[in-house]
Amino acid sequence: MSAGMLDTISTAVGLIGSLDRDVTSIAVLSLQVSLLAVVCGSILGIPLGALLAISDIPGRGALVALLNASMGLPAVVVGLLVYLLLSRSGPFGSAGLLFTPAAMVIAQTILVTPLVAALTRQLIEDADRELGEQLRSMRLTTWQRARALAFDARFSLTIAVLAAFGRAVAEVGAVLVVGGNIAGHTRTMTTAISLETQKGDLPLALALGFVLIAIVILVNAVASGVRGYVMRAYE
Amino acid sequence: MDLIRRSLLSLAFACLATTPALAKERSITVASTTSTEQSGLFKQLLPPFTMKTGIEVKVVALGTGQALDVGRRGDADVVFVHDKSAEEKFVSEGFATARQEVMYNDFIIIGPKGDPAKAGGRDVLEGLRRIATAKTQFISRSDRSGTHAAELRYWIDAGIDLSAIKGDWYKEIGQGMGPALNIASAHNGYVLTDRGTWLSFKNRGDLMILVEGDQRLFNQYGVMLVSPAKHAHVKAADGQVFIEWLVSTEGQRTIADYKIEGQQLFFPNARGTGHF
Amino acid sequence: MSSILPIVIDAIAFRPGGRPVLNGLSATLPASGITAVIGPNGAGKSVTLRVLDGLIQADAGTVRFGGRTAGAVRRAFVFQRPALIRASVARNVNLALAPLYLEKSEARARVEAALLKVGLQDRAGDPARKLSGGEQQRLALARAWVTEPELLLLDEPTANLDPAATEAIEALVSAMDRAGTKVIIVSHNLGQVARLAEDILVLSEGRAVEHGSAQHVLAQPRTPQAQAYIKGELPWTSFAVAS
Repeated sequence: MSAGMLDTISTAVGLIGSLDRDVTSIAVLSLQVSLLAVVCGSILGIPLGALLAISDIPGRGALVALLNASMGLPAVVVGLLVYLLLSRSGPFGSAGLLFTPAAMVIAQTILVTPLVAALTRQLIEDADRELGEQLRSMRLTTWQRARALAFDARFSLTIAVLAAFGRAVAEVGAVLVVGGNIAGHTRTMTTAISLETQKGDLPLALALGFVLIAIVILVNAVASGVRGYVMRAYE
Repeated sequence: MDLIRRSLLSLAFACLATTPALAKERSITVASTTSTEQSGLFKQLLPPFTMKTGIEVKVVALGTGQALDVGRRGDADVVFVHDKSAEEKFVSEGFATARQEVMYNDFIIIGPKGDPAKAGGRDVLEGLRRIATAKTQFISRSDRSGTHAAELRYWIDAGIDLSAIKGDWYKEIGQGMGPALNIASAHNGYVLTDRGTWLSFKNRGDLMILVEGDQRLFNQYGVMLVSPAKHAHVKAADGQVFIEWLVSTEGQRTIADYKIEGQQLFFPNARGTGHF
Repeated sequence: MSSILPIVIDAIAFRPGGRPVLNGLSATLPASGITAVIGPNGAGKSVTLRVLDGLIQADAGTVRFGGRTAGAVRRAFVFQRPALIRASVARNVNLALAPLYLEKSEARARVEAALLKVGLQDRAGDPARKLSGGEQQRLALARAWVTEPELLLLDEPTANLDPAATEAIEALVSAMDRAGTKVIIVSHNLGQVARLAEDILVLSEGRAVEHGSAQHVLAQPRTPQAQAYIKGELPWTSFAVAS
């Protein structure tokens, strides 16, 4: 069986070179959807996590536990919920968003926001341990403290954002259900890989998989590079 | 902090800007089946239609049961599947006003080269009886698809009570045609499939066609417009254009012209083909 | 600025988890001039500063500032270790101005003046964490000074610094005192207390045991705790009151 696996892999590698414009547009869509979802997820999740870290509201412990648990939300469940919301027979059907990239962004945003918030909460809590007393003595408002701590923790926060991107770009359950894997419109790398696997074209599926991995490595490399460059100035 | 906000915003804009224009293009959503999409028919069928009419066709490929449900929910404008009784039920429920026949393809039974159950031949019912007797591995889609519905009908027609004889040999996987073939290939088992998916399937292992040509194996496709009476937003006009093209001389010819490995997969049989 | 005087501390109690950290602390800090708070470890000195700053809520007792309640008084706190965010020197100082919602130009001017005052004007754009220990404390003082506080609290600000840096900090603290800010400093450094303090408050086991002018307490300490402190005796830890 391992001879068969090696064959498949080598065929896949050979295919990468000949991948065409279709794959490019599929890859671009994957990046657009997941990057936008991560941006939205960060805009929502970072303040949420930061405020949760430094506020003293009742039930905070339960909220933190819930948030941590939601990092493991199954993507396909999120997809189903968003599908039911956006379906024409659902509450937001009149927006006509189902089976569009917008729906995919919405689903992935819901998927990554808890992840960003949970990681942010931990990072801000750690920063608060070091800086919190000083910031309180400076009479900063809760919001001002949250901003100062988030700014202080920004290099670690980028790792949280990269983790969110990884989760988004690699998932297939949510985008498949709400996007419909429509050729030319809502087909992403992961749904394309899923399709080719189903069709039994394993070398092509693997080739697409390698391309996806390469893209993710590239994004991480760029982000780490930028982060390292800025960090050197401030550490 | 401002720098971060600014870079996030420009990133977001870049994403949106490069997204294909949320154009006011004309388009319809067609719910169809995975086997139809995986056969590659749409790649051949849709471009001439779009070129002629300017209507973009977005195909969401699911199992037949799911495709019909998508139609019931109003999330598609047109439903194009291959399960006559389920389609007629759809019409009787009022979700479509009419059903039109478009084409048929055929089912085949695939199995291991050695044919341990001696099921091969031209008789699908006899083949299934032998598989049940021999209790050789049989993969069932079990996913409310047209193929699954056909499979269940064949067992009944063969006089076999599945619930009585089900065992470890009968694998219900709840997935589409591709995964079913993958699993059959891995287990060296028998599976009912449409010819189109088989011809494009590349992971055949030791499998080959064992039963074909039985008239009972013909698989009829029907197309329906989701009724605007149930869902006002349905693109009835453009959907109807698509349906009329499918049954027109030109559409029917395009269907017939689609071949894999020189073999025609779909046989157009629309009644009263209109002019386009 | 002297409108916050006298600072009347009245029977402050703080008992976290039942432990009496402050146990009926009372003192009146009348005149201007720097007040030094001294005492053995665990006497409650740092906690007292935090109560005065409002960082800790006492379980009982009150503090009044010249008849005003705490909330309206502008206070600043300098800790032993300066807590700086990963940003430039100027940005750290600017952060202190956030609650004042100043115009950008006014804020910038105040930050520049504060940095000038502590001699860090050339390091404005440098990462704050790259400064030396002494420079970081000067930055902390600039951060305190920029809000023009009425009360400045310092908790062993030079404990980790070398003599040169200590001298610089003491000079700045004296300058703030002369400019009208009431300064209260906790220190274990006898020399520092002698150099800076006008007024000495001796704490032990959560209470004030001695309070008087610096000259007086240094020359003729009444309590065993003060005596031991001035003699420089070790261990300078919790003390059984002998008689």
